[in-house]
Amino acid sequence: MADVALRDVVKRFDEVEAVRNISLNIPDSEFVVLVGPSGCGKSTTLRMIAGLEEVTEGEILIGGNVVNDVPPKDRDIAMVFQNYALYPHMTVFENMSFGLRLRRTPKAEIRARVEQAAKILDITELLDRRPKQLSGGQRQRVAMGRAIVRNPKVFLFDEPLSNLDAKLRVQMRTEIKRVHQKVKTTTVYVTHDQVEAMTLADRVVVMNGGRIEQIGRPHDLYHRPKTHFVAGFIGSPAMNFLPARLQPNGEALMLRLSPELAFPVPPAHAARYRPSVGKDLIFGLRPEHITEPRGEERDPRYEFSMTVDVIEPMGMETMVFFTVHGKEVCARVEPTAAKPPGQPIRLYANLNHMHLIDPATESVL
Amino acid sequence: MVDIVRRYPGQLAKPAFQRRAGMRQFVRRRTTIAFLMCLPLIVIVAGLIIYPALYSIFLATLNKAQTRFLGLGNFSYLLSRDTFWMVIEQSAIFALTAVFFKALIGLVTAHLVNNLPSKGQRKWRGMLLVPWVIPLALSTLGWWWLFDPTHSAFNWLIRGFGGTDVPWLSDPYWARFSVILVNVWYGAPFFLIMYLAALKSVPEQLYEAAQIDGANAWQRFLHITLPMMQNIIAITVLFSLIVTFANFDIVQIMTAGGPRNMTHVFATYAFLLGIRSGDLPLGAAVSLFMFPILAVSAVFILRGVRKRGREIG
Ligand SMILES: Nc1ncnc2c1ncn2[C@@H]1O[C@H](COP(=O)(O)OP(=O)(O)O)[C@@H](O)[C@H]1O
Ligand SMILES: [Mg+2]
Repeated sequence: MADVALRDVVKRFDEVEAVRNISLNIPDSEFVVLVGPSGCGKSTTLRMIAGLEEVTEGEILIGGNVVNDVPPKDRDIAMVFQNYALYPHMTVFENMSFGLRLRRTPKAEIRARVEQAAKILDITELLDRRPKQLSGGQRQRVAMGRAIVRNPKVFLFDEPLSNLDAKLRVQMRTEIKRVHQKVKTTTVYVTHDQVEAMTLADRVVVMNGGRIEQIGRPHDLYHRPKTHFVAGFIGSPAMNFLPARLQPNGEALMLRLSPELAFPVPPAHAARYRPSVGKDLIFGLRPEHITEPRGEERDPRYEFSMTVDVIEPMGMETMVFFTVHGKEVCARVEPTAAKPPGQPIRLYANLNHMHLIDPATESVL
Repeated sequence: MVDIVRRYPGQLAKPAFQRRAGMRQFVRRRTTIAFLMCLPLIVIVAGLIIYPALYSIFLATLNKAQTRFLGLGNFSYLLSRDTFWMVIEQSAIFALTAVFFKALIGLVTAHLVNNLPSKGQRKWRGMLLVPWVIPLALSTLGWWWLFDPTHSAFNWLIRGFGGTDVPWLSDPYWARFSVILVNVWYGAPFFLIMYLAALKSVPEQLYEAAQIDGANAWQRFLHITLPMMQNIIAITVLFSLIVTFANFDIVQIMTAGGPRNMTHVFATYAFLLGIRSGDLPLGAAVSLFMFPILAVSAVFILRGVRKRGREIG
């Protein structure tokens, strides 16, 4: 058990600057997820924490000690790789006990710890098999088992679920969460899948282009993104973005999206947005905040009509796509309220959840 | 088959059943073609390996003038001779020590080369392959000069350092050492190449996982590299055992079996008896002695290889 800290960490591979000045504090027993598009430097960051990559600049601390020059074997961390990296010539038991055997742990204790970990992961009956005889999900469990038995200070996961099929991925996600709740080891988890990040993390670190865009609890990232990138990256289906302008309207503000479409800005937001009147802005609103007009929310000023382009029924709800000023917009409506393509539909925009982005700084106002 | 469809687009238009019939015909034709193309090789193998092998078995049962059938007479005669027992002993010593050191040196240099920065690696790989590439008879002559007792490099160096001359090829034990040394020099690059390829095929992540599990460099070698290379080591050792047991050039050129027949291996002894002394059947009998030894070791080694192949895959 230990906390992990990164201080102004930079990693350069020859020309490529993979990680540009990252600072991060991870308290003991927290589950932190690094998420971002492919190539944004997540793995590199994780591998620097593991000691598999050298740090070009900055410091990494584990349990309060700077570990920049400590080799991986002395950092007391465990890592689960995307392709599991199980030792093919060893049985599951040997795979899981390898670290303990190297540390000359007594035989009886090794057996006890492996069996306990195997029980947590439900792989007791696999202990005598070799990796080749296991399915993808089972290999995944063994890789986690190998990490758990060592009882390390920190768990590191690098896209551990990417090689599994969709159903198994959801199942193992729950499994990982369950294991963390049981063993409470500080965990750094890397994924490109924002759903995985949101469901697993105590805190999510959104990375982009080698930088941290935002750090926050899943709820905060979702409702209060700080940048254009985070607003667009978190959430599925993604947030709708439309070019917009603010126009003064007496005391109030009008949000103009197209010559035909304009909404009054809710008074709660008006003061914050007033300095941006007249500028080119980007308006952001999540699909679930564009719905059919529902009971108590019937403010006619936020209702509008659109022609349906495409519908995607999801069962519980239906995605309705329409076009505003040449841009595609997605709404989430009750299946019964959906209209077939080509037909007009009456919609309601809940602007209490709106975001405005300054395209010059890419930050959310 | 995708190729075929692409090349003859007309086939696509045919009804499915016709297409399938055509394909089946094609497969049949393809195996026929394959057999015909392999035929020259099969003939060559039969003519150059199977026929001589069978013929030498037949030959080994005849008397010196090849006029009378002796059965196992030649074999029992050989086994009753001390010189032949010495040849067996020296063949075993020669092959086992040479293969051991070739494998060891190959493994160590493969590691060294593998850890070189990739820029210099090609150059070193090329240079280390030289012994294997030079025609063996030529390079052995070179060694023979180097071993020359009075006029040559080794003893000159030893004298320079104040030592006394070493009778490299005239003392039986030094001669045994010398032929093994040359064989190791010649054969180690083969192991180097094989092990280098094997090293590169071990996934990097296994080493990273082992590092994180707490393994130091030696433990990574012991617990990851060696087990992962076990099969390639077994196969190269087997192959090299076969070739080394059957080695002729080095011993023949350096010592021709002497002094006092102490450096003879099967091949040179068979040459001595069969060609030099003109008793072809006896020579054939000597060379046939190698076969059971090699066959038994091949069976054991290959069985291990197959088992591991199934487990690790
Ligand atoms: N060993 C390496 N040598 C050179 N460039 C690398 C190396 N590893 C990663 N990179 C580069 O660093 C960037 C970040 O890579 P990575 O951390 O693997 O991204 P992610 O895991 O977020 O997909 C990429 O542009 C990648 O090409
Ligand atoms: Mg990655």
